[in-house]
Amino acid sequence: MSLVLIVLLPFIGSLIAAFLPSNARNAEAWLAGIVAVTCAVLVADLYPAVASGEVLRVVVPWLPQFGLDFYLRMDGYAWLFAMLVTFMGALVVLYARYYMSPADPVPRFFSFLLAFMGAMVGMVLSGNLIQLAVFWEVTSFTSFMLIAYWYHLSDARHGARTALTVTAMGGLAMLGGMLLLGHVAGGYDLDRVLEAGELVRSHPWYPAIVILVVLGALTKSAQFPFHFWLPHAMAAPTPVSAYLHSATMVKAGAFLLARLWPTLSGTEIWFWIVCLAGLLSLLLGAFSAIFQRDMKGVLAYSTISHLGLVTLLLGMNSRVALVAAVFHMMNHATFKASLFMAAGIVDHGTGTRDLRRLSGLARAMPITATLATVSAAAMAGVPLLNGFLSKEMFFAETVFAGEGPRGHIALPAMATLAGMFSVAYSLRFIHQVFFGPPARDLPRTPHEPTRGMLLPSALLVSACLLVGILPSETVGPFLATAARAILGDAVPTYSLAIWHGFTIPLLMSVLALVGGFFIYLYLYRHRAHGRTPLISRIDGRRTFDVMIIRLIRVAGFVQRLISSRRLQPQLVVMVCTAAVAALVGAHTGQVAWGPMPVSSVDPVFAVLWVVGAVCAIGAAHQAKYHRLAALIMVGGVGLITCLTFAWFSAPDLALTQITVEVVTVVLILLGLRWLPRRIEMDDPRRRTLRARARRLRDMIIASVVGVGMAALVFAVLTRERQLDLARFFVEHSLPQAGGGNVVNVILVDFRAFDTFGEITVVGIVALAVYALLRRFRPAPESIDLPRAQREDTERRHPSAVDPNELLPPGYMMVPAVLVRLLLPMAGLISVFFLLRGHNLPGGGFIGGLVLATIVIVQYMVGGTIWVEARTRIKPLYWIAVGLLLAGTAGMAAWFIGGTFLTSFTYDLYLPLIGELHLSSTLWFDIGVYMLVVGATVLMLVALAHQSLRSYRRPVATSSPSVRAEVDRTAEVSR
Amino acid sequence: MEIVFALAIGVLVGSGVWLLLRPRTFQVTMGLALLSYAINLFIFATGRLAIDRAPILQAGGSTDPTQYADPVPQALVLTAIVISFATTALLLVVIIAARGLTGTDHVDGREGDG
Repeated sequence: MSLVLIVLLPFIGSLIAAFLPSNARNAEAWLAGIVAVTCAVLVADLYPAVASGEVLRVVVPWLPQFGLDFYLRMDGYAWLFAMLVTFMGALVVLYARYYMSPADPVPRFFSFLLAFMGAMVGMVLSGNLIQLAVFWEVTSFTSFMLIAYWYHLSDARHGARTALTVTAMGGLAMLGGMLLLGHVAGGYDLDRVLEAGELVRSHPWYPAIVILVVLGALTKSAQFPFHFWLPHAMAAPTPVSAYLHSATMVKAGAFLLARLWPTLSGTEIWFWIVCLAGLLSLLLGAFSAIFQRDMKGVLAYSTISHLGLVTLLLGMNSRVALVAAVFHMMNHATFKASLFMAAGIVDHGTGTRDLRRLSGLARAMPITATLATVSAAAMAGVPLLNGFLSKEMFFAETVFAGEGPRGHIALPAMATLAGMFSVAYSLRFIHQVFFGPPARDLPRTPHEPTRGMLLPSALLVSACLLVGILPSETVGPFLATAARAILGDAVPTYSLAIWHGFTIPLLMSVLALVGGFFIYLYLYRHRAHGRTPLISRIDGRRTFDVMIIRLIRVAGFVQRLISSRRLQPQLVVMVCTAAVAALVGAHTGQVAWGPMPVSSVDPVFAVLWVVGAVCAIGAAHQAKYHRLAALIMVGGVGLITCLTFAWFSAPDLALTQITVEVVTVVLILLGLRWLPRRIEMDDPRRRTLRARARRLRDMIIASVVGVGMAALVFAVLTRERQLDLARFFVEHSLPQAGGGNVVNVILVDFRAFDTFGEITVVGIVALAVYALLRRFRPAPESIDLPRAQREDTERRHPSAVDPNELLPPGYMMVPAVLVRLLLPMAGLISVFFLLRGHNLPGGGFIGGLVLATIVIVQYMVGGTIWVEARTRIKPLYWIAVGLLLAGTAGMAAWFIGGTFLTSFTYDLYLPLIGELHLSSTLWFDIGVYMLVVGATVLMLVALAHQSLRSYRRPVATSSPSVRAEVDRTAEVSR
Repeated sequence: MEIVFALAIGVLVGSGVWLLLRPRTFQVTMGLALLSYAINLFIFATGRLAIDRAPILQAGGSTDPTQYADPVPQALVLTAIVISFATTALLLVVIIAARGLTGTDHVDGREGDG
């Protein structure tokens, strides 16, 4: 249980931290501190169990069918890392409380810091490879967010991007390796993988697994050739550098190599890849560190170098080396974190981290100077400090590991050389900053920081000292537990003593110290700073940037090659893909016609569709040249479709189709005016070859798709009909829903939720149309009056329409009288359709469309201004009320204990009228009705309104209310 | 009847696809209208063709599904008709707005080569 808490608490804390006010520095620090300390205590509490050799496990089934569980597993090794992460987390939180300035938005900082802590603990406690990879990625991501914490700085953004790209690429490789490994080992849980060492190493996939997993580890631990992200990650706030980029996250790679060491190590390929990367990182990192200008730069390159040392140890295939690697990881975390803290203190106190400007700070900040000197000494490997012990073990290993005469000489020699570099940069770091003459031109006057900032560093330094002086009493048991967790019973004998007598490793240590001192002396005399000699041209960041730019260029090229912004090619591809998919399907499946007999052809129906086909082809031909004719022909096809529905027993569809047809044609007629002047029939002989080829291609595509669809329809029609769904609805329509019109019952009762969604969509579309047209800018040539109207106006009416007249004048008077008479009747018919819909053809959709049609007919006959001066219809209210009615009809079901949109009926007896059958579906259908009226009228009116843009309207004079109405209209149309 | 019905849908689809691939916005709109008729008829056809069997039940009448046309495709098509009206309206407004903004009724917003 406490295992789950250890992982979960930081994430919960992270969530809480994200929602605290942005200036709550203390509250954030308390929260994060409490979380970190609680986790540390919980981890510490588990030590007795772990020390006895027990492996603590918590398994929560997740996808057991794939062998994936949420599996937390703590053994001695995981315990050591969990302790490191939580304890270091607590110290860093304390330090960060004083480091972060009051102006920084701290919630983001602490939130991501805690999330990182949770992810890191989750990673080390993962008992499942996939879960480990997930937590691994989360650490990469939180690291990205923390590096980019000061995102207004371009360095921070660039550093974060580089770090994420490199580590995420590695993470992807590692995930691939994990999948292979799990597959070979027969399961993803760690216990099984650790036992399957023999099997994995002899498997043909073994090289691939090693390369992929090691790629993940090397990128994460900033090892050569992926080391370049770490120095740029130093743009992060210093607590982040101390915590993520020296003590914990960058160790994840080494952690993983050690974790899988029993399974993967022990082969040539492992030795060469891991050792080579480690050795190169060790040497190059240490060498570069000597020449850095930035204090944090020195520490970053030194981190690369020390992690290289750990990697090198892990690659040696020696058990003692493994113990030394684990030991050095712990030591490095202590001294490097305290050095980062010192760098942060110096930065805070002086305003700069530039080694060339800093000097003689020991006088102003003696405590900081002392602490930094001790940790730097540990980093250099000075005796009586922890760094010395693990470095000694490392030297000893290099002496014994090399094979052949060259190995015996070369490896120890290179190790000693790296040791010299290490001493040189440590010396430079301390001497340059804290000794020498006092610096003069610092941005701030240096001063000793508050105790809260010194305390974490002091604790770490005392740990360095304690471990350095009394190794076997302090760190000995923990290290032994961790080693036993990895190696089982095969733990080698090793000695943590300070004094082993006069041995070769001791000689190497002495050589390193003396040599490093002289290197520094030489450089100090010659004032060599900044540019790293010899290897400055190996610039990882530059290579990385160039690669990214090339990648983007290639991507752009490929995109230009295979994609198009033009609509027509996209549609061609779409149609052809669909056609090919259908053809493939027909080829592999059954293509034969069904067994059902074909009914005899009714000549009337055949003639009907001959007309329909002519209309369709005519519309296809005329749509470019004569839009009105095309529209009329499409309307004709709609009419014939409507007759077809009526013919084949679908009265509801026929009614809907005809009303929709009317409304659509009116709508498009209104829109036609805003399209450019029509193109007169062009001469087919003057078409270019290209145009002809394109037309031929489209003709072929259209024919193939048409023939295919016809064949498909015929194949469907000659097949046996499935009755299951139809049976359900036909049998349950009357008894359950109390309605005889099955189609309407499906719409408003059985599938009412679909209808509810649909009317919502219709309402949204109407609003979108309205909103789009409010900012409509007509093309210049469309602004003039249309020719017909212009001539009409000149002949008869100098001022087009007078809204004060009772009827429109002129030849529109008779139609106006007729449609005004029609209005109440059509309203009645629409209500009639609405009410009878449940049992007979009709319903809310049809009724609503009928009412909308008659409203728009008023517009067409009377003119926009005339109608709007008198209008009582407010489409937006109709939409809103309609949706509300439909929604409340659904919610009413909750009060009778049903789910949303369950229908219920209520029979009411009224005197005189008799029994009244009330159903919630009617209520719902009234909602549909109102929404359809509102949406349709809104769309049509919004479009019709655009005609007012073209010319100035005469203003009504007589009644003030009419004038106000017209003013409002003008407002809307503008 | 089935053959006529199938051929009718074939012609509608052919004309619709042809118009869909044309460069003018109005042509594409008309093409989509023709395609939506065809698709609605196709969905309707999955209930097979039945004459004089409208799915309107009388109280106490037969509840044998073979006696009625299939109500499920009809319900689907009814909503499809209304939705295609809404999309046509939106498309129309988008094309006239695009025409106002770009000065052309080409589908790409600028005159191409066709």
